[in-house]
Amino acid sequence: MFFDLDDDALALRSAVRELCGEYFPLETTREWTGASSFDRAAWRELAELGAFTMSQSSERGGLDLGIADVGLVFQVLGAQLVPGPLVAASLAADVDESVGTGESIATVVADPPTPGTGPAVIWHLDLADTVYIIDGDRVSKVAATDIAATPVPNPLDPTTPVWLADTLPAGEQVGGAELARSWRLRGSVLSSALLVGNAERTVELAVTYAKQREQFGRVIGGFQALKHLLADSFVKVEVARAAVDAAAVALDEGPAGVAADPAALVARAVAGARVLAARAATTNAKNAIQVHGGMGFTWETTIHLYLKRAWLLQNAYTTPDEASDVVARSLVLERAS
Amino acid sequence: MRLRDSESDARFRKEVRGWLAENLPKLGPAPAFGDWVSRRGYDQRWQATLHDAGYAGIDWPTEVGGRGASPSEHLIFLAEAAAAGAPDLGVHFVGQLHAGPTLIAEGSEEQQAYHLPRILRGESVWCQGFSEPGAGSDLASLRTRAVRDGDHYVVSGSKIWTSYGFVADFCELLVRTDPDAPRHRGISWLIMPMDLPGIDVRPLRTIQGESEFAEMYLDDVRIPVPNRVGPENDGWRVAMVTFSFERGTALVRELLTAMGLVRELAELARTLGAGRGHVVAGAGAHTGRTAWDDDGLRREIGAVAAELDALWALTYRNVTRAAAGGAGVPVAGGSAFKLSYSEALHHLGAATSNVVERYAISLDDLPGLPIGRHLQHHLHAFAISIGAGTSQIQRNILAERVLGLPRER
Repeated sequence: MFFDLDDDALALRSAVRELCGEYFPLETTREWTGASSFDRAAWRELAELGAFTMSQSSERGGLDLGIADVGLVFQVLGAQLVPGPLVAASLAADVDESVGTGESIATVVADPPTPGTGPAVIWHLDLADTVYIIDGDRVSKVAATDIAATPVPNPLDPTTPVWLADTLPAGEQVGGAELARSWRLRGSVLSSALLVGNAERTVELAVTYAKQREQFGRVIGGFQALKHLLADSFVKVEVARAAVDAAAVALDEGPAGVAADPAALVARAVAGARVLAARAATTNAKNAIQVHGGMGFTWETTIHLYLKRAWLLQNAYTTPDEASDVVARSLVLERAS
Repeated sequence: MRLRDSESDARFRKEVRGWLAENLPKLGPAPAFGDWVSRRGYDQRWQATLHDAGYAGIDWPTEVGGRGASPSEHLIFLAEAAAAGAPDLGVHFVGQLHAGPTLIAEGSEEQQAYHLPRILRGESVWCQGFSEPGAGSDLASLRTRAVRDGDHYVVSGSKIWTSYGFVADFCELLVRTDPDAPRHRGISWLIMPMDLPGIDVRPLRTIQGESEFAEMYLDDVRIPVPNRVGPENDGWRVAMVTFSFERGTALVRELLTAMGLVRELAELARTLGAGRGHVVAGAGAHTGRTAWDDDGLRREIGAVAAELDALWALTYRNVTRAAAGGAGVPVAGGSAFKLSYSEALHHLGAATSNVVERYAISLDDLPGLPIGRHLQHHLHAFAISIGAGTSQIQRNILAERVLGLPRER
C-alpha cells in the first residue's frame, strides 16, 4: 500500500500546472464561450502532453499509466477551470486515436432520457466532430452534424455551451456492455476529479481574499466565523480527494481484494467519490462567494464560474443522489456475499 | 498509488484472519456495556493473548518490544480485527495510544524498560490526567500544582474527564511546575502511580448512562521526580506529542466499527416500517413499505457510508504520509480526519433517528429491535466531537496552522 503522490506523479502534476498556466489562463479561457472563440491549438497542446491518452497502452500512443494518474491530471484541469469536453476526450480516446491526439473533438451523452421524459443534453456540440452515446448496453457513435439540436441561448456555465435534442440517431455501435460500464465508471470518476480540483481552488481563492480584505480594522480572515467556514472547506477537499483517488485506484486495480475492504467494491468507491466531490465543490464555491461578499456576487470575479461548473459537473455520468443510492445498495449486497 | 495487498500483505492478512478465527472464540462473551471493572479483566486477557501471539504493539518499533509492522500491516490488522468482531482497545486506549507512544518518543531508558513491557502485555492500565474543571479547550491554563520537595513532587489539584480513572494503575499527568513562567512553559508531564496516597477518583456518568470517565482529586500526592517524562517545564511539548498520536490513527478502529454499524443500520431499515406513511394513508394503514423503500432515507444511509469510506481512504493517505515523514500523521490530515469523522458520526446518528423513528426509545437492544446500539452510538458521537480537542478547536488549528489565517490569541 502506498497512497500518496510519488515523484513521478508530482512531476506530472507540475507539468500539467505549467501547461495550464501558459495555455489556459482563466482571464482568457473565460471568454471561450463557443467554437469560434475556443483555442484549438491550446487543446492540442494539452493532448500532446498525454492528458487524454496517458492511460492508453503504448501501442495506442499512450503512456501505460493508470486512471489514478489521469485523475491527478484532471484535478489540476478542474482547479484551472479548463473548458472543453475533457472527460469525453479521455473516454473517446479508447476508440478514436484522433480524439486522443486532439486533432478531432468528441462529446459524450451519457444515458439520454427515455422518450417523453425530457430532451437529451449535449455539451460542446459546436466543437465536436463526433458525439458518443452511452445508452443501456451499448456505446454508439454519431457525426455531430447528423444531430438535430437547438442551442441553449443563455447557458448557466458560459464556457460550457449546451444543446438540446428531442431524439438522437441510433448511430454506429462502437462498444457493448463492457465499454458502456467502463465509460460510466471512468466518466464519473474523472468528473469527480474535476470537481475536487474545483473545490481545492475555490478554498484557495477564498483564503487569499480573507487574508487581504480588511473590515472593522482587521483582516476578515481573523474572524472565527470565517476561519471555521474555511477550515470546513479545506477538510472537504482533503476527504473528497482521498475518496476520488481511492476510486481511481480501485478502477486500476479491479475488484480483487478482500470484502472487508470497501476499496474492493469498485462501483461503490466511484459512487462514494461522487457524493463527496460534489458536496466539496458546491459547498466550497458557495462558501468562497460568501467570503468575497459583494465582489463575490459580481460577474467580474471568477468564483461564480467555479460554482456554475460545479453545478454542471456534479450531474455528469451520475448524480449525487443516484450515487448515494448505489452506495446504500452495496451495503446490503456486501452482507449477502 | 496502490491500495491492493502486496504478496506479503496478503500473507499477513491470511495469517491474522486465521489466528483470529482460532483464538477469538476462546475469549468468551464481552462484559455488559459500562461494566468497566469486568471490562478491565476482559481487555487484559485479550491483550495478553495478542502479546503471546506477537500482535501487541503492532506498529511500535521492535526495539521496544513492538511488532514493527508496516503501515499496511497495521491497517490490515485493524480491519481484520474489526471484521472478526474482536474487542477494541477498551481500557488499554490511553496506554496503547497515548502513554506508550509518548514514552517511546520521550521517556527515559528506565521508564521505557519498566512501563512498555507492562503496557504491551496488558498488565498495566493507564488513564489520562490532562483536563481540569478550569482547563478544557484551554488546556494550557491548567492549575494542578507540583511543588518540588527533595526527590519528590508534591501534587495538589483536580482533574476531570479522566477516562478509565477508576480501573487504572498509572496516570499520564500534566502539572504546573513553574507558576511564574509563561503558561505553556511551566508545565511538566508526570507518571503517577494510581495507588499513591491522596488520590480520590469519583466516577462521572456520561450521557450514555455509564461511567467511562471520572473526576480525580489530588491532595499532596508525592510523586518521585524520576517519574517525570521529558525535562521539567517542557511538558506542553511532550503533551503535543501525545496529541499527534491521538488525532492521527487512534480513531481508526472506531471508524471500522462505525462502518459495520452503517451496514447494520441498512439491514435494520429493511425490517422497520410498520405504520410508515400513516399520515398520508390514514391512521393504522399498513403500506408494507419499509424504511429501506424510502428513497430519501436510503440515500441518506448511502451518503453516510460514502463519508465513512472516504475516511478509510484518508486513513491510507495519513499512514502513508506518517511513514514517509517519520513524525506521525501531519496536522492537516490528523485534524481533517478527526473533524470529518466527528461529523460523519453525527450524520450517522441523524440517519439512525430517521430509520428507527418512533422506536428511538431504548439504550439497550430490544427483542427484534436492535436499536440500543444505534442510539448509544448516536450519543457517542458527542464524545468524538468534544473529546481530544473539540471540533471548534480542530477548526482553529486548521485555519491557523494549515491555512495561515490570523491566530485567536
